[in-house]
Amino acid sequence: MLQIKDLSFSVEEGNRSVDILKNINLLFEANKFYAITGPNGGGKSSLAKVIMGIVKPTRGSIWLKGEDITALGITERAKRKMGYAFQQPPRFKGFKIRDLLNLSFGEEKNEDEICDLLLEVGLCAQDYINRDVDASLSGGELKRIEIATVLARNLTLAIFDEPEAGIDLWSFQKLVETFQTMHKDKETTIIIISHQEKILRLADEVIIIADGMVKEQAKRDDIMSRIVKDLECGCNKTCDVGGVAYVEPTG
Amino acid sequence: MLSQLDKKLLEMVADLHEIPQGAYNIRKNGAGLSRNTTGNIDIVNKTDKSGIDIIVKPGTVDESIHIPVILSQAGLQDLVYNSFDIGEGSDVVIVAGCGIHNGGKENSQHDGLHDFIVRKGAKMRYVEKHYGEGDGKGKKILNPKTIITVEEDGVAEIELVQIKGVDQTIRDTEVYLHDNARLIVTERLLTYANQEAESKITVELLGKDSTAQIISRSVAQDQSKQIFYLNMLGKNQCRGHIQCDSIIMDQAVVRAVPEISAYHTDAQLIHEAAIGKIASEQILKLMSLGLSEEEAEEKILEGFLK
Ligand SMILES: Nc1ncnc2c1ncn2[C@@H]1O[C@H](COP(=O)(O)OP(=O)(O)OP(=O)(O)O)[C@@H](O)[C@H]1O
Ligand SMILES: [Mg+2]
Repeated sequence: MLQIKDLSFSVEEGNRSVDILKNINLLFEANKFYAITGPNGGGKSSLAKVIMGIVKPTRGSIWLKGEDITALGITERAKRKMGYAFQQPPRFKGFKIRDLLNLSFGEEKNEDEICDLLLEVGLCAQDYINRDVDASLSGGELKRIEIATVLARNLTLAIFDEPEAGIDLWSFQKLVETFQTMHKDKETTIIIISHQEKILRLADEVIIIADGMVKEQAKRDDIMSRIVKDLECGCNKTCDVGGVAYVEPTG
Repeated sequence: MLSQLDKKLLEMVADLHEIPQGAYNIRKNGAGLSRNTTGNIDIVNKTDKSGIDIIVKPGTVDESIHIPVILSQAGLQDLVYNSFDIGEGSDVVIVAGCGIHNGGKENSQHDGLHDFIVRKGAKMRYVEKHYGEGDGKGKKILNPKTIITVEEDGVAEIELVQIKGVDQTIRDTEVYLHDNARLIVTERLLTYANQEAESKITVELLGKDSTAQIISRSVAQDQSKQIFYLNMLGKNQCRGHIQCDSIIMDQAVVRAVPEISAYHTDAQLIHEAAIGKIASEQILKLMSLGLSEEEAEEKILEGFLK
């Protein structure tokens, strides 16, 4: 479905170049659920942005359903039904939540349809639909609207960047259910970047990215048992290869 | 009686498709074109100069007054004085606005001096839209001067909009607020090409518990220039808030000159001003929803100026 070949990404800082992603090779199969985790600054969001076309890789290629999309811009990728929920979503002065969601749907939807969507991210729609997507929204509210913009789009590939960040327990539970349903429907390849064990446990496969490299890609159960063992003994073996020391233990 | 051109101008400045309901006075090329008064709203010509007096009887509610001005004759310099007396306890909407079509070489100019008294407990919403069109070389110039006094418990909501086609404008607005009077000004301004716009708003909070809020948003494109002088003076226990927000593009120039002055220890005044280009994250986000870069930019500006 999505293949990443020998991909590197570096930025110029002063007169030296800093490698942010180093020779990444990954294969994502259609309609599977992937979780990407790893330490802060490891390169997860950068990888997501390269996949979405928001930043251009320095080397390597990206293939979607057999098509080389490396040279395509964001809009073209969006039209191929790829989507990305930002880790830090922007705010828009003068945009109502309704306007932003209609743009996401690609057509004007009626109030009921918008409400249904907002319920999937645990927002009570009537209160929100006519509010501005500006500084008046709380961090968690904004984050949930951001997730809704991606859910609205009927995607073949959906990437969510730390969807759990700043979200309360009740909405988080709702979100977990939403991802589960999405996965059950088997129409979308899901990639979720997360530090939450509960989300990692939803995935078919877990990928650990650290230091700009893929440290590991394995079936969920194989990787999760190792991470949990690490956390229990307080040692940091997995962290040496991946570093998910801050994965929260299940209660 | 109205030509197609007149109708278009009226639609742009007053959202009018037909002759309006209620009281109105339509001025075209420097002279009155048609007028209607109601039992509660009277409109009479000034005797000493060009212009009208609009008198709203106390207690008039849910009525509107349309006073659009249209200029379609190139080279015309129109100067008009209008006075509004909004009677105690009334609640009315006034839609003003000026549309210029200039297809000629010479400048067309409309200067309007409006003074308002919003009497005790009255509420007035005043909407003023400015619009220009026509591809003649002559400039379309609009210079409104507005003076508003709001008496005890009165409310004035002012919407000032200039979205298209005005080459030069100097807009000067003065407001005087008495006890418990409330003011909300919403300003929207778009300039492009070589247009120049200057907006000066001065609010004196004279009365106890008077409140004022100015929300000014503008977009400057191409080589256009904008200057804002927004000033609030707190002379009693009062609250005032200015938000001045501009998006700058291309080679435009925007200056915002904020001023707040307090003459009373219980005056609370806030000024926020920001100038910047469209945040690239906003464009990237909309592109990731399938919009092109141009469409994304258009949507962002459209929302910002709404
Ligand atoms: N444009 C850039 N210029 C300079 N450094 C950058 C740039 N983009 C990313 N980086 C750096 O690259 C590294 C990877 O950043 P990235 O945002 O991809 O990390 P992440 O894995 O998503 O981290 P987190 O878990 O904190 O979200 C970081 O050290 C970051 O500072
Ligand atoms: Mg990140």
